[in-house]
Amino acid sequence: MKLEYKGKYFMASDTLGIDHNGYEKSYLEYEGKHNGIWGWLLSTDHKRIGILYLMAIISFFVVGVTLGFLIRLELLTPQGTIVSPQAYNEFFTVHGIIMIFIVVIPVIPAVFGNFFLPIMLGAKDVAFPRLNLLSWYLYIIGGTLILLSLVLPGGAADTGWTFYVPYSVRTGTNMIFTLFAVFILGFSSILTGLNFLTTIHRLRAPGMSWFKMPLFAWSLYATSWIQVIVTPIVGITLLMVIVERVFHVGIFDPTLGGDPLLFQHMFWMYSHPAVYIIIVPAMGVISEVIPVFSNRTIFGYKFIAFSSLGIALFGSLVWAHHMFATGMSDTAEFVFSLLTFLVAIPSAIKVFNWTATLYKGSIELEPPMLYALAFIFLFAIGGLTGVIQGALNVDLYLTDTYFIVGHIHYVVFGGTGFGLFAALHYWLPKMFGKMYNKKVAKVAFWIVFTGFNVLYFPFFILGWMGMPRRSYHYLPQFQLYHVIATVGSWILVIGLALMLGNLLKSLISGRDVSERNIWGGETLEWSVETPPTFENFKDVPNVINGPYEYKQNELVTN
Amino acid sequence: MNNIEHAESQALHRDDVRSRMGMWLFLFSELLLFGGLFLMYSVYRFIHQKDFSIASKEMNTFLGTLNTIILLTSSLTMALSITAIKRGMKRLSISLQLITILFGLAFLVNKFVEWSAEFHKGNFPDSSVMLSKPPGQILYFGLYYSMVGLHGLHVIAGMSIICFMIYFTIKGHINENNYVKLEAAGLYWHLVDIIWIFLFPLFYLIT
Repeated sequence: MKLEYKGKYFMASDTLGIDHNGYEKSYLEYEGKHNGIWGWLLSTDHKRIGILYLMAIISFFVVGVTLGFLIRLELLTPQGTIVSPQAYNEFFTVHGIIMIFIVVIPVIPAVFGNFFLPIMLGAKDVAFPRLNLLSWYLYIIGGTLILLSLVLPGGAADTGWTFYVPYSVRTGTNMIFTLFAVFILGFSSILTGLNFLTTIHRLRAPGMSWFKMPLFAWSLYATSWIQVIVTPIVGITLLMVIVERVFHVGIFDPTLGGDPLLFQHMFWMYSHPAVYIIIVPAMGVISEVIPVFSNRTIFGYKFIAFSSLGIALFGSLVWAHHMFATGMSDTAEFVFSLLTFLVAIPSAIKVFNWTATLYKGSIELEPPMLYALAFIFLFAIGGLTGVIQGALNVDLYLTDTYFIVGHIHYVVFGGTGFGLFAALHYWLPKMFGKMYNKKVAKVAFWIVFTGFNVLYFPFFILGWMGMPRRSYHYLPQFQLYHVIATVGSWILVIGLALMLGNLLKSLISGRDVSERNIWGGETLEWSVETPPTFENFKDVPNVINGPYEYKQNELVTN
Repeated sequence: MNNIEHAESQALHRDDVRSRMGMWLFLFSELLLFGGLFLMYSVYRFIHQKDFSIASKEMNTFLGTLNTIILLTSSLTMALSITAIKRGMKRLSISLQLITILFGLAFLVNKFVEWSAEFHKGNFPDSSVMLSKPPGQILYFGLYYSMVGLHGLHVIAGMSIICFMIYFTIKGHINENNYVKLEAAGLYWHLVDIIWIFLFPLFYLIT
C-alpha cells in the first residue's frame, strides 16, 4: 500500500481508485471493498446507486407500460374485450401505483439527482452515502411488495391508485401489501429528500454560492423540501387505513363514525404536492438542456430558481381542488380554486423563460433538445387543461371523466416522462461513456411524440363528451375515440421500444466517448472525466463563474 | 501515520453540522407523521366534543401522570449522559444511558398495566362493549390506541438506538471529541418525550 502525502491528508492511493499508471479509474471500473455484483449492491457511491435506481425504475416502467397497453386493448370495444371487469380494475390500479409511486416520483431525483447533484455542486458524494443505499433497498422492498400483491392469492389492489375509503377498507384484495409498500416507498423518498437537502446545504464546493448552483440543483432543493414535509402525511394516512382494516378502530370507517372525506383531504395533502415532486425535477432537467442546445445563457435564472420554491409553497396549499365535487363549504371551494389559479403562475414563469432562452439562440435539434421542446409543448397543454379544471363550475362537469385522465397523462407523462427521456439522452453518454445512434433516437422521438398525442388527446374529447374514468363498459358513441386512443397506444409502445432499445444497444456496442464536454454544457459535470472517476474530482473545484454565464450569447465552436 | 495525524484527518473529514442537520430534518418528518394523527384528533374532537369528554373520563390519570414523570426524567438522564461524555466521563455516561433505557422500560410496563385494565373493561377496538358506544367514543378510543401505540413503537425504537449508543461508547467510537451520534440519539429521545407531552393532555387532562 503506497501512501501519498497530499496537504494535510494521508491517503492510501489504492483506496482512491488510482491504477498503477497513475490514472484514476472510472466509477464503473473501481471496486471498493466488494467485488462483482456486491461491488454494486453494497456500494455507497452515489453514481453506482444512481445506476441501481435506473435499472430498477426502467424495469418497473416496462411493467407499468405493459399494464397500460393492456388497459387500452381492453377498451377497444364497449363490452369486455380481453379481461374480466375485476382484472381490469386491478390493472388500472397497479398501473397507477407503479407509474406514480415507483416510477415518476423517484425517477429523476433518484437516478439523475443521485448521479449528478454531487458532481454539479463539486462534491465527492452525497451527505449521507450509507443512508442513500438504505433508500434504494427500501425502494426495492416497496416495489417487490407491489409485485407480490399481483401474484399472491387475493388479487392485486382494485381501488384505483387513490385508495379511497371506505372501499379500500372493505375490498378483499391484497390491500395491506399495497398500502404498506407505498408507506415504505414514502420512507425511501423522505430519506432521499433529507440527504439532498443536507448535501445542498453543506457540500457545495468553495465559491459555489446559492445563485451559482445549476437550476437542476435548485429544482431538487425545492423537490426535497416537498418530499420531507408532505410524505409523512400520506405515510400516516395509509398506515391508518391498514390499522382500520386490521383492528377496526373506526377512524375512516363511516359505520363506526369515521369520515371518508377526511381520508380524501389527508391523501391529497400529500398527493397534490406529489405532483410537484414529479414535475419540478423534470423542469430542472429542461432548464439544463434548453440553454445548452440553444447556445444561450438561460433567461431569468433567479426567476426559474424561485419559481421552483414558489411551486413548492403554493402547491402545498391547493389539495382540495381534487374534491370540489364532494360538497365542501363554498368558502373553502372558493379559496382552493383561487390558489389553484395562483399556482399556475410559477409554472408559466418557467415556460416563458425557456421560450425566451430560445429566442435568437442557435438551436441544435439534438435528441435531448427534441424531448425538451416536446416537454414545453405537452406540459403547456397539460398545465392549461389543469387550470380549466380549477374553475369550480367547469370542474363539477369534468370531475371523474376522461378529461382528468388526459390532463394527468399530459402533465405526468408528457412532462416528467419526456423530461426523463431528455435526461436519458442528455446524460447517459456521460454516465457510461457510450454514445447512442442519434438518427435512430430522433426517429424514435417522432414516433413517441406522435403516439403520445394520438393516445392521450382523444381523452380530452371523450371527457368533454362525458365518458367516466375507470369504466369497464362504455356507450357505443364513445367507441371511435377509444379506438383512436388504442391505436395511439400501439404507436407509442413501438416508439418507446425503439427508444429504449437504441439506448440499451449503445451501452452494449455504442461508440466510445471520452471527451469530457459532450454537448458543450458548462455545469460542473461536463468538466470531469467521461465516465466520471470514483471521487469525481481530482482536486476540489473552486467555482468562479455561474452555471450559464459561459456563452456570452455566442455560438460555441467545438 | 501516527495516531494524532489520524485523528486530525478524521476531524477534517467530519462535519458535525451536517449530521445534526440530517437528524433535525428527520425529526421534522417524524413530527409531521404524528402531525397527521393530531390533525385527525382535532377534526374528530371538534365534531364529537361531548363524546370525547365522556370517554376521556375513563382514562387512568394517575398512571398517565406517572408515565409523564418517568419520561421527563429519562430525558434528563439522556441529556446528562451527553454532558458526561463531553467531559470525558465515560463510565458515568454509560450508566446514565442505561438508566434512560430502564426508564423507557418502566414507561412500557406502566403502559402495559394501563392497557390491560382497559382491555379488561372491554375498551378495545371491535369489542362488543366498544361497538355499543356512540361513534364519538369509538373514535376516541381508536385514536387513543393508534396514537399511543405509535408512540410506544417510537419508545421501543429509541431504546434500541440507545442500546447501540452504549455499545459505541464502550467501544470508544463515542468519546469526548466525537459525540455527535449520542447527540442525535438524544434528539430522538427528546422527540419521543415531546410527543408524549402533547398526547398526555389531549387524552388524560382535557375533559
